[in-house]
Amino acid sequence: MIINLNQFISAEKPYWDELETVLEQIEKKPEQGMSLEHLKRFHYLYQRAAADLAKIMTFSAEPHIRQYLELIVSRAYGEIYESRDVSSAWSPLKWFWQTFPQTFRTHINQFWLALITMLIGCLLGGLLVAIDPSTKEFLLPFSHLHDDPSQRVAKEESSSKDRLAGAKANFSSYLMTHNTRVSIFTLALGITYGVGTLIMLFYNGVILGAVFWDYIAAGETSFLFGWLLPHGAVEIPAILVAGQAGLVLAGALIGWGGRPLTFRMRFRAISDHLVTLIAGGAIMLIWAGIIESFFSQYHEPVIPYAVKIAFGITEILLLTWFFARAGRLSPDGHATQATH
Amino acid sequence: MAASRTDTLTIETPEGIVFSLQLAGPLTRFLAWCVDMACIAAITGGLNTVLSVLGVINRDIAMAAVALAYFIVSVGYGMATEWFWRGQTVGKRLLRLRVADAQGLRLQFSQIAIRNLMRFVDSLPAFYLVGGLACLLSAKAQRLGDLAGNTIVVWIPRISQPDLKQLLKDSPNSFTAYPQLCARLRHRVLPREANLALQALLRRDELADDARVKLFSEMAGYFRTMVAFPQEADDSISDEQYVRNVADILFSSKDGRL
Repeated sequence: MIINLNQFISAEKPYWDELETVLEQIEKKPEQGMSLEHLKRFHYLYQRAAADLAKIMTFSAEPHIRQYLELIVSRAYGEIYESRDVSSAWSPLKWFWQTFPQTFRTHINQFWLALITMLIGCLLGGLLVAIDPSTKEFLLPFSHLHDDPSQRVAKEESSSKDRLAGAKANFSSYLMTHNTRVSIFTLALGITYGVGTLIMLFYNGVILGAVFWDYIAAGETSFLFGWLLPHGAVEIPAILVAGQAGLVLAGALIGWGGRPLTFRMRFRAISDHLVTLIAGGAIMLIWAGIIESFFSQYHEPVIPYAVKIAFGITEILLLTWFFARAGRLSPDGHATQATH
Repeated sequence: MAASRTDTLTIETPEGIVFSLQLAGPLTRFLAWCVDMACIAAITGGLNTVLSVLGVINRDIAMAAVALAYFIVSVGYGMATEWFWRGQTVGKRLLRLRVADAQGLRLQFSQIAIRNLMRFVDSLPAFYLVGGLACLLSAKAQRLGDLAGNTIVVWIPRISQPDLKQLLKDSPNSFTAYPQLCARLRHRVLPREANLALQALLRRDELADDARVKLFSEMAGYFRTMVAFPQEADDSISDEQYVRNVADILFSSKDGRL
């Protein structure tokens, strides 16, 4: 049986238009709530459009009207059956001081796994250079690290001119963008069931271990810590946080966690966490990039190593406090940072 | 996940209504990506020119600003446009594609962010080979970013209501003088056959003259086998007018039912 298409469209179009208007409003300002009356009307319009769709599919194969109805019904369906929270107003401060550390603690096991992987890489890198110092030429990606550490220290400490003069900002931006790229890549490799993420962490560990052993064996421990701690105290944890995010992604892929959730539900549950972790890590890398360019590259006699090491240790302590304590709920239910 | 590959995503609502979203293929998506690459190149080129002016004051800061701007635009372009245009970039808009939630629900920012961050793996080793392969092999044409972000890319058809005034134009319908035959016609013609007649009439101007004459001749011949109208109603009209009269009866008659 064929329906009277003209009559059908004339009768129903005002309702479709009204539904479209409501959808436009919701999609423009999803955080804006609806009164009960508006909600009831929205639901009615959705059901009416859905019924029209059913009718047109049953009685007529007219494709344009069907596609149009499918489109508005699908948009309304997405709004009506979405159960995830729409935060009323996103606050960057609240996100940084509460959401980020809370998310970090939620997935602390993945962080420990990332740390252990990097430490194993570190041990292996150190061991390889200890057994055969020539391996550092293959292990270390930067040519300036291939030289004898003592010679480099002597050269840096005796240099009277600022080799980064007029290029600090550019160097800093290079560090920020490069390290953020590495972090995103480490996260994205989580899709390889975490294997790629673990390899990235392990490889970074190998490089660190090789550099550490090379400088310590050469008796340049103060220089090493004075050079690496100020920026490394934040940069290395940032890479670990990216690794943590990659392992969270891998966990969702594999189905860790015990709860009988479907593949889609697991991904849905972690999507906000992944973005929080990687964005938090990127902020840490901005800080690390500034410090590495403007502070870490200056050695004695310009800046005493004790000052640089103390600066790095202070950063580690603050970072530890941040991840361990920030955003914890006090007994009255408020986040500790929110009260400050 | 569905085991076999499909070009539509069918969603059934709790009310039992089924609607489908047409999935975009890898080639269309690749073309959209090419457009987006051109946009990114244009934006960064423009920013490069503007920020280079800073070089007059401080060359170091100008170079840093250019490097940061390039990074932010190349990573943030997809996220920003897909968020503000509800799942569309410039390339996707041009090719009528849209990123949607894989379950038909509201698209969240975190989903958009993840699918864009995953481009770092999807684009390996070059020209989105990993993403393209994943898209070809996936049941829902999802690249790895779509899989992690729980998204799909759908094709949005151009929506337009049929212009039913085209049906009759100025010619009177000689068949309406035979209401019993009209009723029989409505009873016998299937919805898909009626739709074929409607679409042929609506798209008549898109057909070459020969093809149009042939098509309407075949259609009129087919409808004549279903109901035979008296010779005086049929004789003086062309095959196209015959189909026009049939469609008018099927879609616009006053006693048609909803």
